[in-house]
Amino acid sequence: MSDLSMIEAVLLTIITASTPLLLAAIGELVVERSGVLNLGVEGMMIVGAVMGFAATQATGSPYIGILAAMISGVAMSVLFGFLTLNLMTNQVATGLALTILGLGLSGMIGEAFIGQPGISLKPIAIPGLSAIPFIGPLLFNQDILVYASYALVIAVYFVLFKSRTGLIIRAVGDNHGSAHSLGYSVIKVRYLAVMFGGACSGLAGAYLSLIYTPQWVEGMTAGRGWIALALVVFASWRPARVLVGAYLFGAVSILQFHAQAAGIGLPTQFMSALPYLATIIVLIMISRNKTLAKVNTPACLGKPFVPDR
Amino acid sequence: MRIELEKRAEHSQLMTVVSPLIAIGLTLVCGSILFISMGYNPVEALYAYFIEPLTTSWSIEELLVKAGPLVLIAVGLSVCFLSNSWNIGAEGQFTMGALAGSIIPVLFYDFTSPLALPLMVLMGILGGMAWASIPAFLKVRFGTNEILTSLMLVYIAQYILDFLVRGPWRDPEGFNFPESRIFDAAHVLPKIGEGRLHIGMIFAVVAVLVVWWMLSRTLKGFEIKVMGETPRAGRFAGFSGNGVVWFGFLVSGGLAGLAGMAEVSGSIEQLTPVISPGYGFTAIIVAFLGRLNPIGILFAGLLLGLSYIGGESAQVSLGLTDKVTRVFQGMLLFFVLACDTLILYKFKIVSNAKGVKEAANV
Repeated sequence: MSDLSMIEAVLLTIITASTPLLLAAIGELVVERSGVLNLGVEGMMIVGAVMGFAATQATGSPYIGILAAMISGVAMSVLFGFLTLNLMTNQVATGLALTILGLGLSGMIGEAFIGQPGISLKPIAIPGLSAIPFIGPLLFNQDILVYASYALVIAVYFVLFKSRTGLIIRAVGDNHGSAHSLGYSVIKVRYLAVMFGGACSGLAGAYLSLIYTPQWVEGMTAGRGWIALALVVFASWRPARVLVGAYLFGAVSILQFHAQAAGIGLPTQFMSALPYLATIIVLIMISRNKTLAKVNTPACLGKPFVPDR
Repeated sequence: MRIELEKRAEHSQLMTVVSPLIAIGLTLVCGSILFISMGYNPVEALYAYFIEPLTTSWSIEELLVKAGPLVLIAVGLSVCFLSNSWNIGAEGQFTMGALAGSIIPVLFYDFTSPLALPLMVLMGILGGMAWASIPAFLKVRFGTNEILTSLMLVYIAQYILDFLVRGPWRDPEGFNFPESRIFDAAHVLPKIGEGRLHIGMIFAVVAVLVVWWMLSRTLKGFEIKVMGETPRAGRFAGFSGNGVVWFGFLVSGGLAGLAGMAEVSGSIEQLTPVISPGYGFTAIIVAFLGRLNPIGILFAGLLLGLSYIGGESAQVSLGLTDKVTRVFQGMLLFFVLACDTLILYKFKIVSNAKGVKEAANV
C-alpha cells in the first residue's frame, strides 16, 4: 500500500507540473489555428503570475487573483494584437518584444512581493467521487485550475472541430484570403483568438504563483511559455495531443526532481537541463515527419493579413 | 470614418531614419508616465537615467563597456534576421563562447605565451559558432523550428556554466565560492586607457565595418537579403537556402561567442555563475532599433548600453528600482516595431461614405 501512495504522490506532483504547460499550450493552439504565431506566451504568463499574486495579496482571495491574471494576460495579448493585426508588424519580433516587456514589467511589479508568503488556492473535492481510492484524490480532489485545464481541452476540441465557429477559425488560419472573401472578418477572428490565448497564458501564470509555488519569484516561469509553444508543434495543433504532451513534459520535469532526490550520480544541473533538452529532442522527432507537420500546420501561420478590399 | 494602411510602393527613406527616433520619443513619453505613476518627478528621473551617466568620464567608459557586447551580438543577429532565420539564442552562444574562451585561463593557466590571447579569441568564436550550429543543423536537416531550439539551448548553456563554476572549474583556493580562478594577466584583454574599457569595443567597431561592407558591397550580402525577402526569387538566381541559414547562424554565433569571451576576459576576469545581464536578448532590441543596419546598430548599442548604466545611476541617485531598465527596453522594442509600420505603409483616413462609393465604382 505504501508503494501505491508513493506512486500517487508522484502522479499528483506530475499533475501540478503539467497543468501550467497545458493551460498555456491549449490557448496558444487556438491562436495558431487562427494563423497567428504569438511568441509572447512567456511574457503573458509571467505578467499573469505576478498580477495574480498581487491581486491575491491585496484582496485575500486567490479567485480574484485568477481573474486578475486572466485580465492582465488578455491586456498583454491585445497589445500584441494591435501591433501584429492592425500595424502588421512582424509576428516573431513582436512576440519576442512581448516576452521581453513582460519579463521586465513583472520584475518591476513583483519587487514589492519578493519573499512574501502567498495564499495558496485550495483544492475542491468533488463529493463522492473524491472518496474513490487512488483515482479519487488524483482526479477529483484538485484545484479549480486543474479542472479548468481539462475542461478547456474538451471545449477547444469541440469548438475547433465540431462547430461552425471552429470552422471559421480554421478557415482564417488556413486561407485568410478566402475567409475574407466569404465575408468573415479575419482581423476580428484573430483578435478573439489572440485574446483567448492571452487569458490562457494568464491562467497558467496564476497557477504558478498561486499553486505550484505560492509565492512570487522573479523569472518564475523559467521558460515554460516557450515549452508550451514547443508543445503546440509537438501536438501538431491537436488538442488531445497537447494534453498528452503537457503530461509527458510534466513527468520529465518531475522525474528529474525525484532522480535528484534519489541521489543519481549525475550533477543536478544536468537533470535540471533535462526538460529543455527533451523539448529539443521532441521537436526534432516531430519535424522529421514532414507529412504530419505539413497536414496540420495552419497554412497562414505567421503571415500578416492585408485586406485588398 | 476609419484609418487605413496603404502599402507604399517603396520604403520611405525619410521614415527609415525618423521612425527609430519617434520610437525613442514615445518610449520617453511612456517612461515619464511610468515614473509619475511610481511617484517620481519624471524630469528628474529621466535626467538621472539618460543624462547624468553622460556627465562623468567614468560612466561614459562604463557605457562603452556595456555597448561593446551588445553591438557585437546585434551585428551578427542582423545578418541572421535579414536572411529570415530567427536565432534568438544569442545569450546561449555568448555563454558558450565565454566558456570556450576560458579553457586556457582556467585549465592551462600556466600557458602565458603571447599566443594565449589570440587563441582565446579564436576559441571564443568557435565556441559560439558550435552552439549556433546546433539549431542551424536541425533547421537545415530536419526543418526543426530554430526559434525554439536556439532558445532552449540558452537554458542548457546556462546550466553547463553553472555546473562548471560550481564543480570542476571552481577555484581550488576560492573558499568554495562558485567562481573560477582569477585570470592571469596574460589572459586578460588589453585595456584602453586607465579604466575598465577594454579592446572588446574595438572588436565591435571592426565587426560593424566588416558586416556593413559585406552586406552592402558583396554578393554574399545581396544573397542574404534576397533569400530573406523573396526566397523563391533567390533560388531561381541559384542561391542556396541552406547555405544562407548556415552563414547567418555561424556569423551570429561566432560574434556572440566573441562577445562572451571578451566580456569574461576583458571585464569580469574570471568565470562566475552569472556573466551577462541579458546581453543576448537585449541585442535583439539593438538589432531592430538599428534597423538591421550595422551602422544603425552601433548607435542603438550605445543607447541600450546607456539604459543599463542609467538604471544603475537612477538606482543610486533616486532609489529607483533597476528593474525599470528591462521595462524601458521592452517598451522601446515595441515602439520600434510599431513605428516600422510607417516605413512600409502610409496612413490614410477614409470616410465610410467614400469607401462605399469606391467599392461601387469597382
